[in-house]
Amino acid sequence: MISQFFVLSQRGDNIVFRDYRGEVPKGSAEIFFRKVKFWEDGGLEEAPPVFNVDGVNYFHVKVVGLLFVATTRVNTSPSYVLELLQRIARVIKDYLGILNEDSLRKNFVLVYELLDEVIDFGYVQTTSTELLKSYVFNEPLVVDATRMPPLGPATLFAQGTKRMPGIAVTKSVVATEPGGRKREEIFVDIIEKISITFSSSGYILTSEIDGTIQMKSYLSGNPEIRLALNDDLAIGRGQGPVYGYRSSTGSGVVVLDDCNFHESVRLDSFEVDRTLSLVPPDGEFPVMNYRMTQEFKPPFRINALIEEAGAHKAEVILKVRAEFASSITANTIKVQMPLPKYTNRVSFELEPGASGQTTDFKEANKRLEWNLKKATVLVIFYSLSPVVGGCEHTLRAKLSFSQELHGNITKESGPVSMTFTIPMYNASRLQVKYLQIAKKYGTHEPYRWVRYVTQANSYVARI
Amino acid sequence: MLTSFNWKSEVTDLRSQLRQLAGSRAPGADDAKRDLFKKVISNMTIGIDVSSLFGEMVMCSATSDIVLKKMCYLYVGNYAKVNPDLALLTINFLQRDCKDDDPMIRGLALRSLCSLRVANLVEYLVGPLGSGLKDNNSYVRTVAVIGVVKLYHISASTCLDADFPATLKHLMLNDPDTQVVANCLSALQEIWTLESTSSEEAAKERETLVSKPVIYYLLNRIKEFSEWAQCLVLELVAKYIPSDNSEIFDIMNLLEDRLQHANGAVVLATSKVFLHLTLSMADVHQQVYERIKAPLLTQVSAGSPEQSYAVLSHLHLLVMRAPYIFSSDYKHFYCQYNEPSYVKKLKLEMLTAVANESNTYDIVTELCEYAANVDIPIARESIRAVGKIALQQYDVNAIVDRLLQFLEMEKDYVTCEALVLVKDLLRKYPQWSQDCIAVVGNISSKNVQEPKAKAALIWMLGEYSQDMPDAPYVLESLVENWDEEHSAEVRLHLLTAVMKCFFKRAPETQKALGAALAAGLADFHQDVHDRALFYYRLLQYKVSVAESVVNPPKQAVSVFADSQSSEIKDRIFDEFNSLSVIYQKPSYMFTDKEHRGTLEFSDELANLSINAEAGDSAVPAQRVEANDNDLLLSITEKEEGRDAASNGSAYSAPSYDGASATSAASQSLADLAFSSTSGSGQAPASSFAIDDLLGLDFSVGAAATPSPPPLSLNPKAVLDPGTFQQKWRQLPLSLSEDFSLSPQGVAALATSNALLRHMQSHSIHCIASGGQSPNFKFFFFAQKAESASIYLVELLINSSSAKSQIKIKADDQSTSQAFSTLFQSALSKFGTA
Repeated sequence: MISQFFVLSQRGDNIVFRDYRGEVPKGSAEIFFRKVKFWEDGGLEEAPPVFNVDGVNYFHVKVVGLLFVATTRVNTSPSYVLELLQRIARVIKDYLGILNEDSLRKNFVLVYELLDEVIDFGYVQTTSTELLKSYVFNEPLVVDATRMPPLGPATLFAQGTKRMPGIAVTKSVVATEPGGRKREEIFVDIIEKISITFSSSGYILTSEIDGTIQMKSYLSGNPEIRLALNDDLAIGRGQGPVYGYRSSTGSGVVVLDDCNFHESVRLDSFEVDRTLSLVPPDGEFPVMNYRMTQEFKPPFRINALIEEAGAHKAEVILKVRAEFASSITANTIKVQMPLPKYTNRVSFELEPGASGQTTDFKEANKRLEWNLKKATVLVIFYSLSPVVGGCEHTLRAKLSFSQELHGNITKESGPVSMTFTIPMYNASRLQVKYLQIAKKYGTHEPYRWVRYVTQANSYVARI
Repeated sequence: MLTSFNWKSEVTDLRSQLRQLAGSRAPGADDAKRDLFKKVISNMTIGIDVSSLFGEMVMCSATSDIVLKKMCYLYVGNYAKVNPDLALLTINFLQRDCKDDDPMIRGLALRSLCSLRVANLVEYLVGPLGSGLKDNNSYVRTVAVIGVVKLYHISASTCLDADFPATLKHLMLNDPDTQVVANCLSALQEIWTLESTSSEEAAKERETLVSKPVIYYLLNRIKEFSEWAQCLVLELVAKYIPSDNSEIFDIMNLLEDRLQHANGAVVLATSKVFLHLTLSMADVHQQVYERIKAPLLTQVSAGSPEQSYAVLSHLHLLVMRAPYIFSSDYKHFYCQYNEPSYVKKLKLEMLTAVANESNTYDIVTELCEYAANVDIPIARESIRAVGKIALQQYDVNAIVDRLLQFLEMEKDYVTCEALVLVKDLLRKYPQWSQDCIAVVGNISSKNVQEPKAKAALIWMLGEYSQDMPDAPYVLESLVENWDEEHSAEVRLHLLTAVMKCFFKRAPETQKALGAALAAGLADFHQDVHDRALFYYRLLQYKVSVAESVVNPPKQAVSVFADSQSSEIKDRIFDEFNSLSVIYQKPSYMFTDKEHRGTLEFSDELANLSINAEAGDSAVPAQRVEANDNDLLLSITEKEEGRDAASNGSAYSAPSYDGASATSAASQSLADLAFSSTSGSGQAPASSFAIDDLLGLDFSVGAAATPSPPPLSLNPKAVLDPGTFQQKWRQLPLSLSEDFSLSPQGVAALATSNALLRHMQSHSIHCIASGGQSPNFKFFFFAQKAESASIYLVELLINSSSAKSQIKIKADDQSTSQAFSTLFQSALSKFGTA
């Protein structure tokens, strides 16, 4: 049971505010925002998603830079409320196509309509985009999509590292399209986040893949969908230790530690032929989440070295090697490394002929940054030096220190971390073998988009 | 103010436009109205008061346009409460809309009508609500059910007079629509919980919700419910007490697939059911941990960062309860560099808990990586974690080496944390002193600034001055800088350390001791001054006595106790899948009682009793605060029981009979007086000791008396709750006993209030009760016949283990043992009749 729901902008403005029960004193939004903004240490530490001020419990999730907040006085289930907030954001996005401050402000009446149906007197009624359709009458005012960054997984992934925003198209589930007729299409995205830690000698200390199969269907008439996964897919790592890697990884069997499914998924034949069947509801939703600690080939190898070069100097050598096929291109790669606190100057040296790479020394937090990205679209086509599979890039940096070195320099710097996005690549080798729509179509077969993307979650090399 | 002028003129502007449009039937008028309404609501959202437009808005709402209607409902709902007179204007059109042909409009109108929250309009609600509950459209029914709760909050009597709860109960058990059923359940839980404080009947009704027929009815339909309603049902099932094991397995098999749900709230609610159902079956309970482990870990990695934190907090709780089950999963608890610190802190605690012989090496290696982390608070926590692991392991060899490496890292905060740890370590493993002291000796006290660390260093200098060649000189230089030492804690330790050093190396320390005592006597801080004076007089009296007081032989500490009592931990576990787990404290510590749900009045009392206990234990804590031991007690860990006192307390009186390691003054006096500790176990409260001194505690003596005088109770005793609370707070605990309940007694507990009636027949009256299976808590009182003397009892029963505990407080403590016997004999007959 929740008492209030509101959405705040990054500056703390109320964009939407709904009080369901009138039990929480006025000014809760201000109290909340001040608390979040100036959490311990004057805002250095991030506020946890749940906290209590004067008997009022505040829950919040961050979505595209907005704060979705709920308050309650009762001792309720935190995961229930946090899941609900996340779901409200998703429902709103389903309706507005694009979720941001601008679209919320333009459509707040519609958002209120939604909120009234989602929650009544603090009790959740429904969060199903489909069910809500019959109660919501305002037409969404679609914000100008051209002002949004260009479509594509990469750009949509750029925000945050752990978040997984949907990468299906940004169109509303209710808006009528120009031309009147709806395009029959369905999107299935296999999104994987990699967490990996390399030891200083380069071997893998821990690794995990967290994946989601996300779906967004624009098919009319609610047809049943069948998704076939790898037929030799195994689930549960058996009785052995979770991290006990098998020696025979070449066998090709994909072993998931665990997975869960959306409630619409029927698993009748899953045990037999690894097929999921479902009637996809409207809007975007995860069909399946999975987790894998089986050994896999990491897409990048990182080599990092720091060496003293005199009392006030040191040299850093960073090497990044792409370990995937050359037909695949990674983008928005960023390598970061904290340097010793007393570093005051850094000079960089890229390999001869390197392009599309930038380097920077962040003075404030003493961090080295190395970006390897394609500056413009042109680069994709006339690729000068994109990060394609098999290539290797090196950066040398000379550090100058304001004080004499003492102690172990490797303890003063690192670890090296890396973020990237690799479209049409997945490290787990989990596949959607086919996507079957149980409905007869005439001349116009619906579009089926099955897309893969891999992203770094915590990709770290120690030195 | 310019801005206020601006919005005032805007409101005026809006009003004139609304008036123009009010009667307009022109084509396009509705569109114009929509735009205007949007402007009004937009102003409302950003907090501008547009309530003055109420009349105009209502006039404009005579429309068939549903979008306009909805905006108008939103507006009316927002302002009706502050404008009750104007709200009357809306009643008409809302009532009309409640009879509309379109079920959507009926539902919307009914919802708005119930949301007006105006007390003098309730008479208009009953009719529409009654027909709404019978509406053939499920949407209208769902709205009407919630409407009943709204009505209850505006006027409880109107709601009850119309017999709405009974209607809801009927709907809950018969409606084909699961959302109607779910809303009925929510509504009834809320209404009956609030009513049960004053009505026995409502309390009974609330308990029927967790009766077998209702639970089975809901469980059988669980898959038809929405995921949110499933959570609601699961929460209810977790309170259900199955009659036998096969029932437990049936429920678990039925709910097994809920653990694969993508919604973390469903998974946690299911986990709670599994955990609570199996409490009495140790093996199965452990299997449940194994079963829910993987789904919870998947929720941690698959969910949003926020959800991941909520689930991780629950895993944290499980890890703390059963670390061995998670010991091979330790890599899941490694920190990722980009995680927020509240997540890292949880993970560090989990890593500490799961460390065992086989994984300690890996875990400590990983923790040492974090110690060099750029995130300094986490680096500190990591070092502390290494220390804790060292304290809980038998083979600390490798860990000591690493800690010593920390000392050599030459990072200030690392050195400071490591010093505190080395000190703790030496208390448990004095055999390591040689290695540690060699390294500690190399640390310049000038590089140690933090009081905690400095105090630790000084403690080691005093304690091991015989092994550290320059200890007297380091201490001397510290004494010379007395005035620059801002922390009283450090100065106190300095005094004690110089004393200890003096006993071992008198010639070298004499000068420093003189200076320290002089500085201490002149110190403005009361405790420092007193301690200096005390030492001074001790030394004057006899140096050997002073030594036996200040530096007695010590025993190694075997166990560092946890900061949280197991009672609190169990309470948090009982409240699994709630905020208690996130905050790591039971709900009575952060919610006021009206929002607590299942436990009402009794919680208040529990709160009191716990406060009282905290108050008691605060006394010895204060007592040792200024002495040597506070250094020995690390921040989160307090040493158990008498160990704390026996480690050489500066404040203990010179011993009377040569026992050099006496405990703190009051306790030692108590020991002398009775030569046996009080019957109530640990005796943490010095107030007992004082009672002992004054000869008030006869419990020991009474127990020794073979036949207590027969006690008779007043069958018509009365006591109001306020007095009960007051007495409970004031009276000392006179007796606490544990005993087992008969199986029949446990079975009879399932019948609500049976115990209360049973005890009443023995002239023992219940004033409050609460709890959920398997833990129940009761407060009773009784009055001695023909006397004003009152007995207060707190009874805790765990129905799964059949264990119970009573705490008795009494006006006349001499008869509390007799009363306890009477109470237990009454209780033992429970269920047998």
